[in-house]
Amino acid sequence: MEMFWLIPFIPGASAFILAVFGHWLPKKFVSWLACLSVFASFLISLVSFFGLLKVSSESLPIIKTLFHWVQSGTFQADFALQLDPLSSIMTLVVTGVGFLIHVYSVGYMGHDKGYKRYFTYLNLFTFAMLILVMGANLVLMFVGWEGVGLCSYLLIGFWFEKHSAANAGKKAFIVNRIGDAAFILGIFFLFLIVGSGDFRAITGAIEGGAITQGMATLIALLLFAGATGKSAQIPLYVWLPDAMEGPTPVSALIHAATMVTAGVYMVSRMNLLFTLSGVAGQVVGLVGALTAIFAATMALTQNDIKRVLAYSTISQIGYMFIGCGVGAYAAGMFHLFTHAFFKSLLFLAAGSVMHALSGELDMRKMGGLRKYLPLTYPTFLVGAIAIAGVPFLSGFFSKDAILTQAFSQGQYFIWALGLMGAVLTAFYMFRLVFLTFFGQERLDPHAKEHLHESPRVMTVPLVILAFFSIFAGYVGLPVVLGEKANLFSRFLDPVIHPGQEAHLSSGAEWLLILISVAVAICGIYIAYIFYLKSPRTPHRIVARFPKIYKLLYNKYYMDEVYNAAIVRPLVKGSQIVYDKFDLKVIDGTIDGTAAATGFAGKVLSLFQSGLVKDYALAILLGVVIFLGYLLF
Amino acid sequence: MIPVSYFFGLSIVLFVLGVIGFFVKRDLVTMFMAVEVMLNAGNLAFIALAKAAGSPAGQVIVFFIITVAAAEAAVGLAIILLVFRQKKSIKAEDMRLMKG
Amino acid sequence: MGIFLFFLLAILCVGGVLGMILSKNQAHNALFLVLAFACLGGLFGLLDAPFIAAVQIIIYAGAIMVLFIFVIMMVNLEQGIAPEKKRWTLGLSAGLAVFLLVELVLAVRGTLGSLGRTGGQSIGGPTELGRLLFTDYLYPFEITSVLIIAALVGAIVLVKKKEKE
Repeated sequence: MEMFWLIPFIPGASAFILAVFGHWLPKKFVSWLACLSVFASFLISLVSFFGLLKVSSESLPIIKTLFHWVQSGTFQADFALQLDPLSSIMTLVVTGVGFLIHVYSVGYMGHDKGYKRYFTYLNLFTFAMLILVMGANLVLMFVGWEGVGLCSYLLIGFWFEKHSAANAGKKAFIVNRIGDAAFILGIFFLFLIVGSGDFRAITGAIEGGAITQGMATLIALLLFAGATGKSAQIPLYVWLPDAMEGPTPVSALIHAATMVTAGVYMVSRMNLLFTLSGVAGQVVGLVGALTAIFAATMALTQNDIKRVLAYSTISQIGYMFIGCGVGAYAAGMFHLFTHAFFKSLLFLAAGSVMHALSGELDMRKMGGLRKYLPLTYPTFLVGAIAIAGVPFLSGFFSKDAILTQAFSQGQYFIWALGLMGAVLTAFYMFRLVFLTFFGQERLDPHAKEHLHESPRVMTVPLVILAFFSIFAGYVGLPVVLGEKANLFSRFLDPVIHPGQEAHLSSGAEWLLILISVAVAICGIYIAYIFYLKSPRTPHRIVARFPKIYKLLYNKYYMDEVYNAAIVRPLVKGSQIVYDKFDLKVIDGTIDGTAAATGFAGKVLSLFQSGLVKDYALAILLGVVIFLGYLLF
Repeated sequence: MIPVSYFFGLSIVLFVLGVIGFFVKRDLVTMFMAVEVMLNAGNLAFIALAKAAGSPAGQVIVFFIITVAAAEAAVGLAIILLVFRQKKSIKAEDMRLMKG
Repeated sequence: MGIFLFFLLAILCVGGVLGMILSKNQAHNALFLVLAFACLGGLFGLLDAPFIAAVQIIIYAGAIMVLFIFVIMMVNLEQGIAPEKKRWTLGLSAGLAVFLLVELVLAVRGTLGSLGRTGGQSIGGPTELGRLLFTDYLYPFEITSVLIIAALVGAIVLVKKKEKE
């Protein structure tokens, strides 16, 4: 367990080796190196996790300072990694799911000419993400934050020759950056008050009363603004659907399991701050709830299989923020945990479907695939059931925990929104399932010819993820079954200082559970009606409400709104500044200086007439002046 | 007997005349002669001062000046001859190779 | 007597130089200059420096001016060259020359009052000069001889016509 600080560096070293030498390394070597490095990290994470269980909570967090990084006056930031329950869970998720996705990628990207570059980036991402979750102070966390943003850009725009992919990468990075600006401001303010970015120092400052409620609110809101960018919440979510231009395993890893959850991790890490400022928590919860519903509505109408999953991700992260917002940080983290499994499973399975259909991702051209994909179909189904919140699978436990907490904290509005979101979630997920795997085949004949199940290297990770999607929930059983039942929550206690966790009577809790279940079954049933029993129904509804359909299908025109309100004025403003200032003033000055020098040179060269007399005249002039100076 | 200032005045007049001569004339040989005039004006000043101060050092330096002037005149005239062979002219404004 | 000689020689000298400036014929220029140098030689004699006077006449008026005349004859121009015609250089140089004159006069005025007349001490004849040259000023003397050799060789090499093969 003492070696826990190695966890980021093994993939990091692998990334370095691949970056420098990858060109000359054989493909097989690259695959083994990349996957094994993440696996090694996973093993160490596992060992560290078990080591943590034996350690008493007073000695937490365990910190390893590698070197003093910044020392400038009173500002100090060390390169220090910490091991505590929160970071341990995150490392397990990142390395575990990451490893499975690496293996899957060997098959999925097998024929891509950028294979080695892909694994370099993937390892690099793993490194950055691990730094993010293991950093012992805000500065190091921010380094990881930016690092994953960079890797996200590199991987989204992986097929950079495609315009849409390159643009998507840029969009992701730029929108992220906007959030990051607020994030940095938050860090600055914190530094101002606490004098250090170290988490222990911040905790101490909060407990010692050094931060007023007003300041806490300001800082928390700024930090959360950064989280909305990274975790794709309102208003900075617009990059995530476009990010589907990247390879599917990338979507699974970065935009489902890990990077987008960094915001949730950050909020949980700073839970004391958010609790101190009641307002910030409210905002977080509200934004999460609104995003959850908002995204779910957009998922209803998408025809691209990956876009549905993208909006689903935005929506599910909204749930995680609901959990954090109402003070149930453990519940939010729990949902992060289970979501990592079933969402990456869904993405990878979707990738498998696309692989089988030679790249098709429009659901209107699918159907009846369950006969042909004997491994992909059941695993996908497991993922869909899990996310819909059907009992006994992981999604049920985590989502239920969040909704129950929301209700018990008196946040009825948020609870209601969450419930509606659950209906929609079940509905659109099963819409996806039915459209893809059931019903009549609408396949493109050419694709049908090449239809085949994916190779083992891709299906085995699917099976493993399916397994966890079912059973991962059991570490967080609802409290109603007993105080000690929620192992997950208890594990996080040293980090998540339990707020006023209100308790409902067990009767009320059972009732809420029942409502959640009913809601999920409802959604599935409606999807069944719409897409299996009477497939004409959706068309009839669209015909009756064409305007609403159009609104949803076009994502509420949010991209266009942003474009008109923000992007265009900025571009125009930049253009004006460029023309008026950059070209005329700056270039003018430089060119002018050059021109002036040239002119001066020309004038001076007139003196170089080559005539001795002129030179002599100059000498005479000089002598006269000099004598004059001496005399007077 | 004769005030040193008279000699000095003469020296100054000769020097200025030499300067004027240098700028007025257009052929190299005469310009060179004007330079010799200037040198001699300097010699006169030296000797006058030496006499006034009673120091023999003034004579010594004039001795050297005359020697060097002779050497310089020899070489300078050789160069003028060479230039004349090339350009067939000794007008100063025809020597423009160093222009620009 | 001395003053009269001085003024005579002075006026002749200045006249020679003026003649050199005003005349257009190079040979005339040279001859005027010879006159001026001769008068200077006389002036040196007036200043009690007989050796220098002799050297001036022999070397300057005798050797250097002969060199000049040789070159003038070799150049062999048909007619003289008119003096400078360009207006502004003439004007500028005239003005500067005047300035120079004024400045030199001013420069000299202050100090000379104290120097008085040239009666007084003797500055030593040739013996004294010779002694100085070979003791205190030995180095410049020797180096000057090297200089003369250099000039001699240089002048010959420069002007030598290339041998036709």
